Amino acid sequence: MIENVDLSLVDWSRAQFALTAIYHWLFVPLTLGLSFILAIMETIYVRTGNEAWKRITRFWMTLFGINFAIGVATGIILEFEFGTNWSNYSWFVGDIFGAPLAVEGILAFFLESTFVAVMFFGWNKVSKKFHLISTWLVAIGANLSALWILVANGWMQHPVGMEFNPEAARNEMVSFWAVLFNQVSVDKFLHTISSGFLLASMFVLSISSWFLLKKREELMAKRSILIAGIFGLLSSLMVAYTGDQSARTISKIQPVKFGAMEALYEGKNNAGLIAVGILRNSDNSIGATKEKEFIFKIEIPGLLSVLTGGDKEAYVPGIRDHVLGNPSKGIPSALEKREKGIFVKQALTDYQRAHLFNDNEQKENIKRVFRDKEFQEEYFRYFGYASIDKPEDVIPNVPIAFYSFHLMVILGFSFIMIFALAIHLLFKGNIVKNRWFLRIAFFALPLPYVASELGWILVEAGRQPWIIQDLMTVSKGVSNITSGSVITTFILFAVLFTVLLVSEISIMVKQIKSGPKH
Amino acid sequence: MTIMISHLILQQYWWIIVSLLASLLVFLMFVQGGQSFIFSLPENDNQKTLIVNAMGRKWEFTFTTLVTFGGAFFASFPLFYATSFGGAYWVWIAILFSFIIQAVAYEFRSKPENILGKKTFDIFLFINGCLGPFLIGTAVSTFFTGAMFTLNNENQVHWATNWYGLEALLDIRNLSLGLAVLFLARVNGLLYLMNTIDNESLRKRAVKRVTYNGIPFLFFFLFFIVSLLLSSGLAVDTATEKVTVEKFKYLHNFLEMPFVLVIFLTGVITVLYGIGITIFRGGLKGIWCTGSGTVLAVFSLFIIAGFNNTPFYPSQSDFQSSLTISNASSSLFTLKTMMYVSFIIPFVLAYIWYAWKAINNTKMTETEMNSQEHKY
Repeated sequence: MIENVDLSLVDWSRAQFALTAIYHWLFVPLTLGLSFILAIMETIYVRTGNEAWKRITRFWMTLFGINFAIGVATGIILEFEFGTNWSNYSWFVGDIFGAPLAVEGILAFFLESTFVAVMFFGWNKVSKKFHLISTWLVAIGANLSALWILVANGWMQHPVGMEFNPEAARNEMVSFWAVLFNQVSVDKFLHTISSGFLLASMFVLSISSWFLLKKREELMAKRSILIAGIFGLLSSLMVAYTGDQSARTISKIQPVKFGAMEALYEGKNNAGLIAVGILRNSDNSIGATKEKEFIFKIEIPGLLSVLTGGDKEAYVPGIRDHVLGNPSKGIPSALEKREKGIFVKQALTDYQRAHLFNDNEQKENIKRVFRDKEFQEEYFRYFGYASIDKPEDVIPNVPIAFYSFHLMVILGFSFIMIFALAIHLLFKGNIVKNRWFLRIAFFALPLPYVASELGWILVEAGRQPWIIQDLMTVSKGVSNITSGSVITTFILFAVLFTVLLVSEISIMVKQIKSGPKH
Repeated sequence: MTIMISHLILQQYWWIIVSLLASLLVFLMFVQGGQSFIFSLPENDNQKTLIVNAMGRKWEFTFTTLVTFGGAFFASFPLFYATSFGGAYWVWIAILFSFIIQAVAYEFRSKPENILGKKTFDIFLFINGCLGPFLIGTAVSTFFTGAMFTLNNENQVHWATNWYGLEALLDIRNLSLGLAVLFLARVNGLLYLMNTIDNESLRKRAVKRVTYNGIPFLFFFLFFIVSLLLSSGLAVDTATEKVTVEKFKYLHNFLEMPFVLVIFLTGVITVLYGIGITIFRGGLKGIWCTGSGTVLAVFSLFIIAGFNNTPFYPSQSDFQSSLTISNASSSLFTLKTMMYVSFIIPFVLAYIWYAWKAINNTKMTETEMNSQEHKY
């Protein structure tokens, strides 16, 4: 092992990855959703032959193009940063993690990039039908790309379908289907793409509202609101449903993250769901101030117990239970898990010694142990705890998890109302007169971006200290390079991404103000 | 249904796929080659627009191939991914940098209010056009010349220099392959433009430059090949897994795999033929020859880098740490699973071909540019 990892190296490597991911995620959700909105609009054009729909489609397609390239550019960095900044992690999981990335390239990226060229340049070169199929294939390709990378991310939250091979010191895939249909990946995929649909719908609704406020392009704006309103309402309901599913799954497989997002330090029966709250503590101390964690809170009594355990009296374990252990509920402490992790590490060291001395019998014995199901479920699953110094280290930053989760949920519900109102006013025929609504819809534009980024912050910051839940800490996964190198590249990327973002927004605003051509 | 297939066969199969992707990538870098002429080839703005748009309609294929090359390499040989990317940090970061600025440059350059100005984005295209092929060529050269790393017993990499990969630029063989790839990309870029754009004056200017770039390509390529064939390489004993130095290793690889030698020679001759018919006969179809020749030649070089018990990523610091297709690969199960996925590749190539033809069915002209709405 590479011991004594420079902490600033870990922090800067995390910062660089977070920076890239946050920038990347400013562009991807719009691609995911707008591609489908374009496909729906173009379908109406092809079915009705109404040129106005073509004009509408092409206007949104121009904005799609501006957004698309920068998403692609930031995406390639993320892929390569697994290698450049997390090389130990790349080896430890490459046998599993690499496959979805390769499938993503072969299946999804080519589909997307091939047909995006037809979509942009093919209007007068290919038949209407072929063009329409291309637009649909771009949407499918973009969303398939999301599937595979989310499968990879889901595995980091909940590693399944693998066995550890002591000879290679890595995890190896034993079931592709277990990896693909991992509950976390399924939840994550549905939640993520529906949030992309929602964001794109809000994008279309907001900009259309702006046109109505400016008394321009009324036909285009109303038709766009019709599509975005319906698509957005359905998506926002799906976001709420899949979000609930995700939270239930997290409560089972990442209970400490769940405790952090609910700021539930102490486990309890009849646990309430915090709708809104302000935390008193901002450190990771565990439960010294029972029931005093909040300065202010609005709580729905018993709801958390009902949602996670099925009935009001169900016990919901808190962070304290998972750190200090709760024998009466059968929950082991972090120290017990650490003992098991150290036991596994010792077995790996024994294997390496046996390898050094060519003791094949011993090697076979240890290999057999690692293949044993009980050993995997009782011991190996806590392998990462071997590198934990003290029990509190397994607690993520509670305020970050709590606030990002709650703000995301509040925003999520507000989107449902906005889309429902948009449809209601549109069908009543007086959306143009209700300028207050148009203003709300316009100013709501950044909110889905905020909600979407908060979702990722919760997922990733909430998983800390793990890079792979319970198996590997971030400090073990980092590349063995100098922190100076990472600081330099962090600054370079930060400057470049920011310049490109400002440039992108400026171009986008100009294109919107110019309105549709033709 | 289960298919009995050995780990070694799958490792070879995936090395072939990675080699194929690499060779397609080098060919598709004609986009970068074309970009590198953005300031020197066009006589006026109309010609510049034609060049940028001819390349702009293909940039994503190159980009996607690079991404897929990375993904496939990660999936099939994760130890390379962990070792080279995590060690030769600066080389890969520089490559990435040159590609990010490309992706946005096309879409942004001619849009109003782009803040940085058209010229800046054109400089971005130029930088990517020169640095992309050069750095990728230099990085690929280290598959033969090696890199300075050691692996511990848990396969974690330690890089022996604080230059994190930049030291590769001090080896004249790496530089020569980098420059050869750059000039090849430039030749391919010129030939692609000649075949795609219907503009007589542009063609005349391009054909002159084919000569000026063909000669340095040939010089650097021959220098690299001769030095490769005369140099020693590392070899792995399959029984003991011991890595030793073997004189004329790569020459031996060609001679022991004559089929690969035939592919290599066919590739090189086809590239030269493509350049020849363009310069001497004024042909416009040279890209078909240089393109296919590039794919064959690069493919065969990758095969001699990894086959015949040759470490494809030799370690200069510790021979025993060198990566081979056996010790760096994914498990049997993963490689087999991905093999099923790879069966879809011919279908992918077919639809790319179909869509490409649909867009490229007529040559680009200034008239089309003036009427085209989605213009870079």
